[in-house]
Parts: sequence; C-alpha cells; structure tokens
Amino acid sequence: MSTEVYLPPNPVEALLRTDRMPHIWCPGCGIGTTMNCFARALQQARLDLDKVVIVSGIGCSGRVAGYANLDSFHTTHGRAIPFATGLKLANPELTVVVYSGDGDLIAIGGNHFIHAARRNVDLKVICVNNFIYGMTGGQVGPTTPATALTSTTPYGCPEQPFNLPYLAESAGAVYVARWTAYHVRQITHSMVEMFRKRGFCFLEILSPCPTLYQRRNRLGDGLEAMKYYKEASVTRHGAPTKEVAISFQGPILVGKFVDIERPTYLELLNQQLARTLEAQYTGCIEDHVRS
Amino acid sequence: MHSEAKPAEGAAEATTSTRSRRPRGTIVLKPERCKGCGFCIAFCPPKVLAFSAEFNALGYHPPELIRPEGCTGCDLCGLYCPDFAIYGVMLKDSTTPPADAARAEETT
Amino acid sequence: MKADPRGVLAGVHFLDGDQACAEGALAAGCRFAAGYPITPSTEIVERFAQRVPLLGGMFLQMEDELAASIAIQGAVWAGAKAFTVTSGPGFSLMMEHIGYAAMTETPCVIVDVQRGGPSTGLPTLPAQGDMQQARWGSHGDYEIIALAPNSPQECFDLTIEAFNLAEQYRTPVLVMMDEIVGHMTERVVIPPADQIEIVPRRYTTKPPADYRPFAPEADLVPAMARAGQGYRFHITGLTHDERGYPTTNVAAHDRLVRRLVAKIRNDATRLTRVEEHFLEDAEVIVLAYGITSRVALRAVQMARARGIAAGLLRPILIWPFPEARLRQLASRAGLSGILVAEINLGQIVREVERCVGGRVPVRLAGHAGGSVHHPQELFETIVEMAQAVEIER
Ligand SMILES: Cc1ncc(C[n+]2csc(CCOP(=O)(O)OP(=O)(O)O)c2C)c(N)n1
Ligand code: SF4
Ligand code: SF4
Ligand code: SF4
Repeated sequence: MSTEVYLPPNPVEALLRTDRMPHIWCPGCGIGTTMNCFARALQQARLDLDKVVIVSGIGCSGRVAGYANLDSFHTTHGRAIPFATGLKLANPELTVVVYSGDGDLIAIGGNHFIHAARRNVDLKVICVNNFIYGMTGGQVGPTTPATALTSTTPYGCPEQPFNLPYLAESAGAVYVARWTAYHVRQITHSMVEMFRKRGFCFLEILSPCPTLYQRRNRLGDGLEAMKYYKEASVTRHGAPTKEVAISFQGPILVGKFVDIERPTYLELLNQQLARTLEAQYTGCIEDHVRS
Repeated sequence: MHSEAKPAEGAAEATTSTRSRRPRGTIVLKPERCKGCGFCIAFCPPKVLAFSAEFNALGYHPPELIRPEGCTGCDLCGLYCPDFAIYGVMLKDSTTPPADAARAEETT
Repeated sequence: MKADPRGVLAGVHFLDGDQACAEGALAAGCRFAAGYPITPSTEIVERFAQRVPLLGGMFLQMEDELAASIAIQGAVWAGAKAFTVTSGPGFSLMMEHIGYAAMTETPCVIVDVQRGGPSTGLPTLPAQGDMQQARWGSHGDYEIIALAPNSPQECFDLTIEAFNLAEQYRTPVLVMMDEIVGHMTERVVIPPADQIEIVPRRYTTKPPADYRPFAPEADLVPAMARAGQGYRFHITGLTHDERGYPTTNVAAHDRLVRRLVAKIRNDATRLTRVEEHFLEDAEVIVLAYGITSRVALRAVQMARARGIAAGLLRPILIWPFPEARLRQLASRAGLSGILVAEINLGQIVREVERCVGGRVPVRLAGHAGGSVHHPQELFETIVEMAQAVEIER
C-alpha cells in the first residue's frame, strides 16, 4: 500500500528567480549558502515578501539581488547603501536589505557605510566577506588578512585589514554580528533578529572563495575553508568588537557582538520636525509617495 | 531519496510514496544543479550522504542518501548547499500538505 | 495632470535663480532631494530643506555627490519624484549615476550650477564649461536631455519642464544653470497650480504576472513599477533584457542601447526649444545659451542699431541639440557666419560646426570663465564678421 506524502518545497525556492538558475557562483563558493539562510530567515520572520527589497552593489556577492525573487536592485559599485537609504526613507514601510561584498561595502562604499551607520538608517546590511575581490579576479581588499596572497599583493598583503564589527559599532550600528558560512543556523537566527530590529544592522559572514582566495593561498577548496571556519571559530556573544580582528588563518571570534537601542534617522527626523514645526508638520514623505 | 532527472517545479517534486522503514526524514535533490562541493556530505550530522557514482550534466557527482533510514530531515544539507540542489524534510510533519501549501508552491 | 497646489507658491516674487529652481522642483511635485553642499548651487537645497518638510517631503544631506546622485534614485524607485543639485566638482562625481539612471531608465533631475573649472576652479564665478560633460560625461552610449535657463523665471519654469521630461522619457534630465543665473534676483511669476501641467510617472497598469519591466511602449519608453507593490522586478546597470535580467548577448545589448538613445534622439525635433531674435534676414547669427544669451542679445541689438543684420538663436533645450533648426538656418542664402558665444574655450561651438558642416564660417567667442562676455566685445566680433563678407564681395 502506498500513501501520498507531501514534501514541502525547498524554502529557498520561494526566494529564487528559478528561471535564472544555475547561478554564476563557483563550486564551493559560500554566497549561495548565505542565501539559503536568508530565505529561511525571511520565512521565519514571516515578512510580506512584497515589502522586502534587496539592494546590492557590484561583485560576486552583489549578484544576490539578481537571483532574489524580490524587488531587487543591482546598483553601482559601492553605492548600495546610499541607494537603499533613498529607498527606505522615501517609503519607510519597506524592509530594505543591503546584500553585498566586503570590497563593495567597505572599500569603495566605506564612506557610505559609516555614514549610514552613524545616521542609524533602518537598513539590514549583510556583508559577505571572502577576504578578496572575487568578481575582478582576486585582488587585495580592505578585509584581506595581512600576509595573504592576492593577485595585486603577489608577495603578501602588507596592509592591516578592517575589523568590520569594530568599524560598524564605532560608526553607530545598533546590531552587529559575525558568523561564517559554516554557521548556517546562527546566520539564519541573526538575520531574523535583524529583520525584527529597527536601525542600522550589520551582519558579517565569512565565506569561502575557493577559486581565488583559497587557491592562491593554497588553502584547499570551499570545503577546506568551511572546515577551517568550523575549527577556528569561537563563539563569544557580546565580545568587545575591538578584540574580534581576524588574522591570516587565525582564530575567528563569532557571535552577536552588539544589540542596542537607538532611535533611527527617520524617528529623529520626525521628532525634530514635529518639535520645531509643531502643527505645521504633517508627517514625512510616506503619504506623498503612496498617493 | 527523491531525485529528478529534469528540473521540475511545484507539485512534481512535492509528492512521493512512503517507504516501509519509515525514516524520520528525507532529502529532495535537484541533481542537475549540484556542483559537487561536498558541503552537504561533510556537515550532515548523521553522515547519511555520499557522492553518487553518477555524473550530472555539469560533470559533478551529486550526493545520494546512503543510509535513508538515518536521515533526520534536519535540513542542514539544505542550508549548506550553495547551489540550491538539495534540502531535507522531516516526514512526521509532512504527511498532509499544510493549508498554505498551494500558496507556497505558487511562489517558487 | 495639474500640479499639487501645496507645492506651488503662486504669486509674483523676487527670487534668485537658485531659489526659483527650488520652487520649480516643489511645484513639479518633487518631495525628495539629496545633495552635498557646493557653491554656487547650495542655495537651491537650502531653500528646499526649509520648505519641503511642510509639504511632507525631505531633504537629506549625504556624505558626497556619489551618494546624493544615487540616493535620489532609490527614492524614485520607492515612488518619489527626486532631484539633486551640484556644481562642477560634484557634477564630475555624479557622472557614474547619470549613467546608472540612463541605463535603468530612472526618471530624475540633476541641476548643475556651473562655475569656473577645471577642478576646484573658480567656486564663486560663472562658467559654461560643463556643457559637453553634460552630453558625454558618463561612459558608454546614451542620449541626454539638458535645459539651459537664462533667468530666474526660467530656472523655475525649466525645472518643472525637467521633471516632466524625466517622467515622459524615463531618463535623467539636466538643468545647466550657471553662477550668474543662480545668483541673480529677478521677478519670478509662479502661476497657480491649475495652470501648471505635470507629467505623472508612467506606472504600468499590468498585473505583476504580465509585467515586463523593460518592454517598451510605442514611444520606446517602458512603463515603470515601484518597489513594494508585488511586481518583484529586478533593476540592474548591467545590460539587461526586457525582463530586467542581465545578459551578455551582443544583440540584446545593441537593442537596449539603441533604444535608450532612440527614445530621445527620435524625438529631437519635437523636443527642440529655441528662442529666436531677428533671424528672418540675419547675416550674422549669434548662437548663445544660458546667461551668455542675454549679453548676446544686447550685442545683436547694438549691431542692428548700426544697420548690421545680426540675429540671435538661443537653444533653451540644449541637448539634444536643435540640429534641424540650425541646419535650416545655415542653408539660408545671405548668411555670412555664425558666432557662438559661450563661457568656455569651445564646447557647443563644436556641435554647431558639426551641424553646419562647413557651409558657413563658424566663429567662437569664448573665454575660460569667471565673468560673462562684454556686449561690446561680441558686438565688435559681429561687425568684423559682417565686414569680412563685405570685403570678400
Ligand atoms: C566603479 C567601479 N570600479 C571598479 C569596478 C570593478 N569591480 C567589480 S566587482 C569589484 C570588487 C568586488 O569585490 P567584493 O565587493 O569583495 O565582492 P566579491 O566579488 O568578492 O563578492 C570591483 C573592483 C566596478 N564595477 N566599478
Ligand atoms: S570568484 Fe570567489 S566569490 Fe566569486 S563566485 Fe567564485 S568562489 Fe565565489
Ligand atoms: S536532512 Fe539532515 S540528516 Fe538528512 S541528509 Fe540532510 S543533513 Fe543529513
Ligand atoms: S552541497 Fe549541494 S552542490 Fe554541494 S555537493 Fe551537496 S548537493 Fe552538491
């Protein structure tokens, strides 16, 4: 006797533009893994997907927007955050997610990153950190660990990388977490927390780039990178972000480092205008946009 | 294990017949999407997956369930798979479609 | 559609060009601006920042012009009408996003109050040195619409026009002011809202399932959707197909870029907006735009007073260039030359030379910026050009 069983579809399918599969990412690249977490987090947070917008810059990680079956914007290199700022402020009912690479968000887009954090614009910023410029063929980036080999530091990187959680916290982010692509459940959980929080939220996800970073540094394939993440990671929620810097193949502190309350840019703007203009002030752009 | 030779959407992948041993969970595979990274195999907690002998069109060996009775349906494989080629389902929750199943499929 | 009366400060005012531009934006329904301070443009956003919170909108001072010129595009996709303003150095930084707006067909307005360049140049003094940058400044092929007001009244009128053209063609539209026009105070008549025509955004009427974000309508312009309405569209600066999906297909690229250019270029004649003085019998045509056109008109009048048949052609909409009209004028018998007056060392004159194709002599009266021309100097050149022909005869 055989009974029919119902198998629910892969949760990620609801998020994917399936007509664009297969994607361009290399075998063992971690970007797709983070998308699985994103899909499950959206589901768990029970967000209306019609009101979730994803904004990316340029890079391998920046391609996430193009594969996400949401209103999605693949903007210019480094400018996802200011684009998202305009979008969010002009229609505050949208949940605006910025999903991009470390080079995009922190090198060319670094200025926008710190200012959006300072203003506390309500954006959920997800940074896929693969320690390298993937899309352009493996050049040094602002997160490349000192001594690592890249195509433009063929004798080893002499620079000190940014400690991204420290940068985000210093600039004013209200939520800061770091995980690696190995920590799929934790990533999902952090994303859900970000969706539920108002303000500038930052999630760093260390992710394998087997084709460029791992290969050039003879660190094996994507799976080897995942095993390194597994072994080297130490979870320390609430760790002072100053102490979470990453060194070449060194230990990785992961966890939720910052979770504070601070009024958002829009809340402060509304307060300020209401206080100063009193009855003359009838609210911000929202109503106008919807009309 | 349920694998499809061709890409299939919605209902085609959503129904299958139970097996006699009643494992706690199972996986659904789109073998044509697999790029053979091995994440699912390495991080499956009960270690019930292994590369199959078959090649897919991309030239990779997709995984297969080598001990179906051991699968818990925890979906870690689904969370790890960078190519959206595999996911796990718990069978206990899945004998009847949830009320919003039709809607869920619509959005895939 | 008529203007929203809340944004229209109807009446007779004395405003400088910058203030008039801000009023034009508000009258056009713009409720979102982002900018970065730069002389001599800042007064526009200062006034906007003062006024717009009372109308339910906002001004956001960004960290730089790269941010400002993309933040407005985010606001546009959320449903707002939006603009940014700048001057030379900031205009250079905005080139990236003029290209993005052209490629993604994002309707928006960018105002450049020109000052002396290159680089930091002459921050407080006028120039018209960004005219070819306005046309060609972002990489790749695209067509642009640019307007060149010559008075505070036109700063008001043409800013509204810029918003309307942006919506109609789904394209960035540039308002090319200069320091003098921006800072001169004159009478500005703001008509009541019911006399101001506003082009609304071309939103699709199709349900999400049938909507193709870049499938053009008859006039080659696709209908828009906005974020949050269930359309689940994708917007990219990569070459894309009608679904908005990236493609590296050469034919698809050619089709897209040709359409982006053609939707404006095909309409160039319809778009033409010029002001003409004494052209019927003109032997010498002076072509000038923006602030220079006012000096040029004075010089033309001086020439006429001396019995020289001079005339003025002023492109109000400078890109696309009024090519057909200029060709027509240049092929007329009795024309001895065209004098192009502009505050740069030869930018629009190149376009004039191209259109005229050697049929008549073209001369440039240009200087590098910092002041306007002296009417006497232009007058003397007109006399010289007229005499040169006399001698030849
Ligand atoms: C203005 C500009 N400069 C440079 C580039 C080339 N470019 C494309 S992606 C990229 C770096 C991407 O690195 P990252 O953000 O770390 O993303 P990844 O590809 O590693 O995911 C660069 C430099 C560009 N597209 N635009
Ligand atoms: S180059 Fe690196 S980051 Fe880019 S897709 Fe390949 S593995 Fe991923
Ligand atoms: S669902 Fe869990 S137990 Fe089953 S194969 Fe996947 S990872 Fe292994
Ligand atoms: S994780 Fe996915 S791509 Fe990697 S081996 Fe498993 S099924 Fe294949």
